[in-house]
Amino acid sequence: MTDQVLVPTSADEAVSLYGSGEGLTVFAGGTILLPEIATGKLRPERALMLHKAGLDTIRTENGRTVIGAMVPVAALVDHPIDLLAQTARHVADAEVRRNATVGGNICAPPGPDAQRGDLAAPLMALGARVRSAGAGGERTEPIEDFLAGDRSGRLVLEVELDDVERRTAAAGLRRRHAHSYAVAAVVGAVRVDGSDLRLAAAGVAPTAVRLRAVEESRDAGDVLRDVQPVDDAVASAAYRSSILPKLVREVLDRLELK
Amino acid sequence: MKLIVNGIEQDVASPPLTPLLHVLRDELDITSPKAGCQQGGCGTCTVLVDGEPRRSCLTALAAVDGAEITTLEGLGGPDSLSPVQAAFYNHYAAQCGFCTPGMILAASHLIESHGRPLERDEVLEGLSGHYCRCTGYVKIVDAVLAASRGEATEIEDLPVAVPGEPEVQPKGSPA
Repeated sequence: MTDQVLVPTSADEAVSLYGSGEGLTVFAGGTILLPEIATGKLRPERALMLHKAGLDTIRTENGRTVIGAMVPVAALVDHPIDLLAQTARHVADAEVRRNATVGGNICAPPGPDAQRGDLAAPLMALGARVRSAGAGGERTEPIEDFLAGDRSGRLVLEVELDDVERRTAAAGLRRRHAHSYAVAAVVGAVRVDGSDLRLAAAGVAPTAVRLRAVEESRDAGDVLRDVQPVDDAVASAAYRSSILPKLVREVLDRLELK
Repeated sequence: MKLIVNGIEQDVASPPLTPLLHVLRDELDITSPKAGCQQGGCGTCTVLVDGEPRRSCLTALAAVDGAEITTLEGLGGPDSLSPVQAAFYNHYAAQCGFCTPGMILAASHLIESHGRPLERDEVLEGLSGHYCRCTGYVKIVDAVLAASRGEATEIEDLPVAVPGEPEVQPKGSPA
């Protein structure tokens, strides 16, 4: 049984209790952790529960949208940022989305059978930054850098996006099943003047991946230079490699880049 | 920690990271939430937390300390069925019955939050996380649609088992 369960009642208290994160299991919505704890696969000695720490609001300030780590995925389903709303609607089902959180979705490691964390791809395409705390203090960095770095000692506090008008597009493949993880998903965003194209893929590798080679060349075939698809129970690497360029082409077409 | 379950305040002693499902079933003996897959995938453990359906297997006790929990027992009993319960009865929407509590709670919230009669597609989407392994979906969806239209739900011959007396045959069952 867990020896110590910490329930901070503010973001500052959460950050100070988290410290460097050493020996601490962060518990957000619990959709991944709780079944592992209940079945004894995971036995956290100390748990930090964030449900009373604030961090659960979406606010707009100084031309930015700031999404707290504890905002439930359900709250994004009707969000005006269409690319986020569209992706959120595909995360599990309405009930699971009430527990699942934005911070948890970003931090979700790949499962035993499938890749997880669909929200990171649209956040990448929209140029989101992650504000996190941990040893060395707080820092804010592009979500692709956060995901590529060592996240084990970081506590995600917020995600922020600049409110810039963009055209967005998404193309994905999933099984007809509410709880099926994506076979592959590609999202893209570009400013209305055609600049700042950002593309990302989810469901094909352990984290979402930004497709920089394609952004540069605008050639869908380059996607396999950006990402090495993996095998899992949802799809084979070979299949993902064959459909990814098609999904990228669809997104590029829909973004009307000429 | 404290829960208000079906209107009754309960002090609970389970550890903070116990799934709400096990607090309800094992500590409070409330057995309508079913322990199905216990990883969020099947919907049989669904209860209302402050009026909204959630998976009790994915919800830690500490995260709902002080919350109002409604289980199927809180919707209505044999002589006071809720409209959705009555519609399930009238439309033969329960086969083995294992998924029924979760289905009814989710459907009740779906109907209430929708504010107008549901379309079939909306019911399918709204209940997409709930599995009926008897595959009795057609009758379940029919029942939810009927309840959302506010169809008459008078039940005159609901069989109620009385201890010591022979069990009443359900309506429409073979003699």
